[in-house]
Amino acid sequence: MTTTDPYADARSTTEGKVFTVTGQDWDSVVAGLGEEPEERVVVNMGPQHPSTHGVLRLILELEGETVTEARCGIGYLHTGIEKNMEFRSWTQGVTFVTRMDYLSPFYNETAYCLSVERLLGIEDQIPEKANVLRVLLMELNRISSHLVCIATGGMEIGALTVMTIGFREREMTLDLFELITGLRMNHAFVRPGGVAQDLPAGALDKIREYITWMNKHLPEYAELCNANPIFKARLNDVGYLDLAGCMALGITGPTVRSTGYALDLRKSQPYCGYETYDFDVPTWDTSDSYGRFRVRLQEMWESLKIVEQCADRLEKMDGEPVMVADKKIGWPAQLAVGADGMGNSLDHIKHIMGESMEALIHHFKLVTEGFRVPAGQAYVPIESPRGEMGAHVVSDGGTKPYRVHFRDPSFANLQAMPIMCEGSQVADVIVAVASLDPVMGGVDR
Amino acid sequence: MSDSQPENLPATSAAGDAQTPGAEVIDQREGMFGVRGTGDTSGFGGLKRQVALPGGTPKPYGSWFDGAVDKLEGLAGEGAIEKVVVDRTELTLHVAREHLVSVAQHLRDDETLRFELFSGVSGVHYPQETGRELHAVYHLASITHNRRIRLEVSAPDGDAHIPSVCSVYPAADWHERETWDFFGIVFDGHPALTRIQMPDDWPGHPQRKDYPLGGIDVEYKGAVIPPPDTRRSYN
Repeated sequence: MTTTDPYADARSTTEGKVFTVTGQDWDSVVAGLGEEPEERVVVNMGPQHPSTHGVLRLILELEGETVTEARCGIGYLHTGIEKNMEFRSWTQGVTFVTRMDYLSPFYNETAYCLSVERLLGIEDQIPEKANVLRVLLMELNRISSHLVCIATGGMEIGALTVMTIGFREREMTLDLFELITGLRMNHAFVRPGGVAQDLPAGALDKIREYITWMNKHLPEYAELCNANPIFKARLNDVGYLDLAGCMALGITGPTVRSTGYALDLRKSQPYCGYETYDFDVPTWDTSDSYGRFRVRLQEMWESLKIVEQCADRLEKMDGEPVMVADKKIGWPAQLAVGADGMGNSLDHIKHIMGESMEALIHHFKLVTEGFRVPAGQAYVPIESPRGEMGAHVVSDGGTKPYRVHFRDPSFANLQAMPIMCEGSQVADVIVAVASLDPVMGGVDR
Repeated sequence: MSDSQPENLPATSAAGDAQTPGAEVIDQREGMFGVRGTGDTSGFGGLKRQVALPGGTPKPYGSWFDGAVDKLEGLAGEGAIEKVVVDRTELTLHVAREHLVSVAQHLRDDETLRFELFSGVSGVHYPQETGRELHAVYHLASITHNRRIRLEVSAPDGDAHIPSVCSVYPAADWHERETWDFFGIVFDGHPALTRIQMPDDWPGHPQRKDYPLGGIDVEYKGAVIPPPDTRRSYN
């Protein structure tokens, strides 16, 4: 075991022996240490480890059970999305950004589209219904994202019921996404100028059913966890980070709200009409993992409140446009699933293929060339489930982005891992990382 | 399409493509779809398009911008702020790189400015802007005053050094590592400027404009589709 490891041979380490632990081999590790074992151990946790939230690699220096130094190794999920976008049209960019933080795709899309819309100068022309749909999907997405955070965080500390019920409710949310956008994940539904499609028939009823379901089942999380002595013992005072630490490290989202400070861009710098909705920003005052759990739990209730208000508004908006009126920007077709199962709008095909040559040319130009975006740069941050998310979008006046950079909250928040974990025990590292809720697709992009 | 788009026509004057009166031309693109010379019967080879970014804005800037810029100019001294751009309601300060750390320090510490939240660094590569090819763009937020500001710092390709703001904003650590990784900008004074996304031994800096996207041809039912960076494209 000490000599035949192909991945860590003698050249890979400058000091000490290398062990590859695969489980049920503790005896051979102890035997390998010899008569005078070293106290200081460096443990590589991940990148393939169920408790490190995706392909996150934690490098922990241990003295006994105590973590003396902790560092993150990231980049295992880097896919070059930002570079790829420079070779695609502005609308195609949405298809890429939705894959970044895969647990909150609507936030990626909206952050990108808001920046592009500011560059286009059409911020005031976005139809009201498109904004309501964006808010609806974002708040549903906040619920599904927080559910995954609580579910996987629970699983990592052994609370398996929290995991099973968390994914049950998430599935309900994803079913709604599938109904509205056609896909469970990677929707590419929010587009520059509006959204891809109007609400399908029957969607409002499904949303109402969902609200009823959530009202019934959301209290289960509080009943299972809030006063659970084991749960509290694992989370209380673990991963402590106060407001000053959050500000210094650029931490936003539930982590900063768990310090008692109600920092929320939906209130401080509203976008998509958030100023017209009635909701509160929940906070907690313990600055620890338990506080973050309680903040997320309460945020799901607030999101549900917003979803309900969106449903009320959508009820009165039947038939209103969901894409900007400017034909030079707005996508020409409203996709619909046809009898053949293909995503085509038959009325639109009839129009461009049989009635109007000009419409065909226009469709072709807009789909292949795309629209041009005036040169400049914009950054419109939004409040994602993990904190401030924004796209720094630079245009050179062409049909493709010149540069897109995402300020992903997972990336920024993960910087707080060492300060939260150093000095604590190994088991607390898992809790602290889970309370930050990093999504590696967003961290590495 | 009966009404022609002016932006699709060849630009005739420097101001032809300008978005604002003081727009700065940084590049001139010629041709389209890779056709040029006598073989080009389409006329696309003769297209010319100027790339003009929003230029400096004269005073007054409007909103809270005037007070903040005046205050900062007074604190940071002459020559620190090279240019002020107010574009699409966003304030951008172009800062000389040798003044960056002191400007950041004043922006954070002065209580009328108080930009305490560091949102990130983003690199942008303008290969045609000789002498200032590499830009580092910083986004700062003031929670106290509910404001946002953007700092833009440039460095020449041959001397890609920008001082690190880690001493002022510890949050800049990973963001600067990422910008080094992707653009090759060296942030002097950073505690450990190593690659963060790419492997440690990766050659080159992938998000620079001179770094190819890569990719392979895709074949489907006999037809070959080249990778996106080698396809004919609009420029």
